[in-house]
Amino acid sequence: MRKRKERIDRGVKARSSDIYALTGVREMLYLLFPRAIPVVGLLVFIPLLSPYWREVFISTAVYALLAISWDILVSAGLVSLGQALFYGIGSYFAGALNHYWGLSPLWTIPLATVGGGLLCTLMLLPVLRLRGIYFSMVTLVLPLMLLRLVEATRILGGTEGLTGLTPFPSPLFSLYFVQIALLASLFGFRRLMGTDYGLIIKGISDNDRSVMSAGINIYWYKAQVLFLGASVGAFTGAFGTHLDMFAGMPGFALDYSIMPVAAAVVGGMGTFAGPMVGAFILVPLSEFLRALGALRIVFYGLFLVIFVVGLPEGLFHYIQRKYEKFERWVVVE
Amino acid sequence: MNRDESVILKVENLTKSFGGVMAVLNVSFDIRKGELLGIIGPNGSGKTTLVNLVTGFVKPDSGRVEYRGRNITGWAPYRIVGLGITRTFQMVKPFYQLPAFKNLVVPLSSPRVKRLAGGRYGDRDAVALDLLEEVGFERDSRVSYKSAASLPQGYLKRLELAKNMALRPDLLILDELFSGLSLAEVASIVPIIEKLRLQGKTIVMIEHRLKELFRIADRVMVLNYGEKIAEGASDQVMEDPAVKQAYLGSET
Amino acid sequence: MFFGTLIYGFINSAILAVMALGFNLTFGISGVANFSYGALYIFAGFMSWILLNSLGLPYLLSVVIAVLITGLIGVVMYYLVILRVKGLALSEVMATFGLGLAIMELFRYFDFVGFRYTLPVFIDRSVSFGAVYIDLQRVFIALIAVGLTVFLYFFTHHTRIGLAFRAIAQDERTALTFGIDSDLIGALSMGFGAALAAVAAIVILPLGTIAVEGGYEVLINALAVCIVGGLGSTLGIMVASLIIGMAQTFTANYIDAHWMFLVSLIAIALVLVIKPSGIFGSQKELEERI
Repeated sequence: MRKRKERIDRGVKARSSDIYALTGVREMLYLLFPRAIPVVGLLVFIPLLSPYWREVFISTAVYALLAISWDILVSAGLVSLGQALFYGIGSYFAGALNHYWGLSPLWTIPLATVGGGLLCTLMLLPVLRLRGIYFSMVTLVLPLMLLRLVEATRILGGTEGLTGLTPFPSPLFSLYFVQIALLASLFGFRRLMGTDYGLIIKGISDNDRSVMSAGINIYWYKAQVLFLGASVGAFTGAFGTHLDMFAGMPGFALDYSIMPVAAAVVGGMGTFAGPMVGAFILVPLSEFLRALGALRIVFYGLFLVIFVVGLPEGLFHYIQRKYEKFERWVVVE
Repeated sequence: MNRDESVILKVENLTKSFGGVMAVLNVSFDIRKGELLGIIGPNGSGKTTLVNLVTGFVKPDSGRVEYRGRNITGWAPYRIVGLGITRTFQMVKPFYQLPAFKNLVVPLSSPRVKRLAGGRYGDRDAVALDLLEEVGFERDSRVSYKSAASLPQGYLKRLELAKNMALRPDLLILDELFSGLSLAEVASIVPIIEKLRLQGKTIVMIEHRLKELFRIADRVMVLNYGEKIAEGASDQVMEDPAVKQAYLGSET
Repeated sequence: MFFGTLIYGFINSAILAVMALGFNLTFGISGVANFSYGALYIFAGFMSWILLNSLGLPYLLSVVIAVLITGLIGVVMYYLVILRVKGLALSEVMATFGLGLAIMELFRYFDFVGFRYTLPVFIDRSVSFGAVYIDLQRVFIALIAVGLTVFLYFFTHHTRIGLAFRAIAQDERTALTFGIDSDLIGALSMGFGAALAAVAAIVILPLGTIAVEGGYEVLINALAVCIVGGLGSTLGIMVASLIIGMAQTFTANYIDAHWMFLVSLIAIALVLVIKPSGIFGSQKELEERI
């Protein structure tokens, strides 16, 4: 008698699909529970921690947003190895607006988000028509070159950067601000990608020839996705500028490029929640490893490799699968 | 004069080579409105490349493609689809993880459909299900809801056809639609094609299944080594010595 | 001044070319993405240093062993990592990038930082071209660049293995039907590219110190040259290296040394605007997949 493993949706999952969720408290709780965790965790639990850990989690949220930005791009098949480009551009944009024109964060942040996003999109537009690897190559190279550009030409404050910029009203404010932005992005983009628009985007990533032959201008859609991802990235830079009261070369640092990718790979690409989970694991973890200096990046690198090779679906997919399905042994006919 | 006005697609001296290989050489032909033109020829004769050239997936080295008087040479594929020319692919590759009907949401979201429907997309899911029924997906069996990965070739080919029909084309180019299908499956698809003709659509079919093609084609064009070697009614063309040699080899 | 700049410009181009060739071979020609290229470069440098200084081995032996070990690592990387993520270009990129990162930062962690980490030049002498003095090391680099290009061209066009390298990039399935073991060839191609990185390191590092930053520099330069010249085209790499190398040196001598880096950026920007696939690149998005 031979057996095999079979995976079926859990009863409660089947009972809570679509409109049937409203039939019972258990079903509604089943749906609400995973969604409540991030909301409660971020908005209630974290503010209760010590100031040191609150800062850590602000940093975590920033990386989580960058990871979500990465995930947005990956949905259309664009693998970015240079999230630092978006962070750096957003950071300088907001910093410049604040430093040279005296605009307050109320203005600099939205302007930097949209303006920075637009600028980055324009920079990367030419590579959209080429093979995916070109996008990865160019995104990797651009921030590192812009870094050297700033250093060489000494514009925008050169090596010292722009200092003494306007801060946020209070640390608690920054915490809530970034966390709400994070939650909004998380739920917003999950929603978006679940619509028919998201279907087209994922279609482009899956089989762009097919989408092209369906009469859809894939480059226009890719550009849209690029803009969305770049804007989220630019937002993190703008936020970081006012958080640190500083905008400078470190905005283009490799750290901002690698961490989000590692987080997304560990957490699970394509789900938006996965990258967030990945960030919330890796960033606090790296805090513990802070004493070890360069070892931090060694860890990111190793995590990247191990997860890409060993658990390519990522933690979130794995957890989601366990939550929604159960396995049982079944006799093979 | 009248004959000229009925020509909707004019192809002049299309040429394309890949590296050293001459895939298509100086091919010219016309397609008249409402006809069913068959394009046949041995393997490697350039049929699919010709389709790629006309539909914009490959840019020609030289030559001209004109649709309803407009020069569409070198246009991007999505723009050509926007004009009403659609094509199927020899190797059918649907979006495997999606259910069959969801596969149609992509073409139903194209600008052309939106334009023809008066500026709104409407209920894409419902339209998709209707389309699938038209191509023979039995409504009661829920086969339209099965993931594309689990469908056999016959259904996948019909899905591909439905994808074209979703775009409300005026000219359909079907690249080896019948390949890999049993006689019964071919027999079940032919009525769908006939219905499209009755709706006034023009159809071009690249085929290897000559018997089935000749039953429905008005005219046939033969390619060999990238060149057009014959054109005309199917029985005429099959008597042409050049065509016989191309398919069967010479007697010496 | 002009003549001197010309000579040094050519040398600079040679350095860039040598850096880019290994990367181009593995990715451009064989389709295997190896973003740990810079790390392997630095690894070879440090390995040679260790063999030379800590183990006291003779110079020739050290460098040869270093090149071999680096090449071997390339092969092992293929079997351990690439093989498991084959076909998904993104995963290859991410995995090799992560590995490269880990290697480089590991050196930094173990404190391989400082001026004492250098490799000796081949012959410590200079040669004069008219009024211009150049150290022999730089001349060697130029010679090796030319030699390598010629060798690679013949290798990929006229030897069985070289042709196999190109075959698996063009169409793996067809290559398989010709009896080409795509895994073995892929591994060899990676090993080869890694060995080239090591050779580049041996030849170029004596000009300065072995530093982890150098690894990043190499990757950036290799990528920049490949983007401008067109991935997969050896001729493109040559031309791009020449253009960028010359432009950099002329800028450094006639304008300001700081603006040197601007050159690569401008080159990339121009390429992206005019011909995104690179000067001699032929990577069209859809055409290849029909």
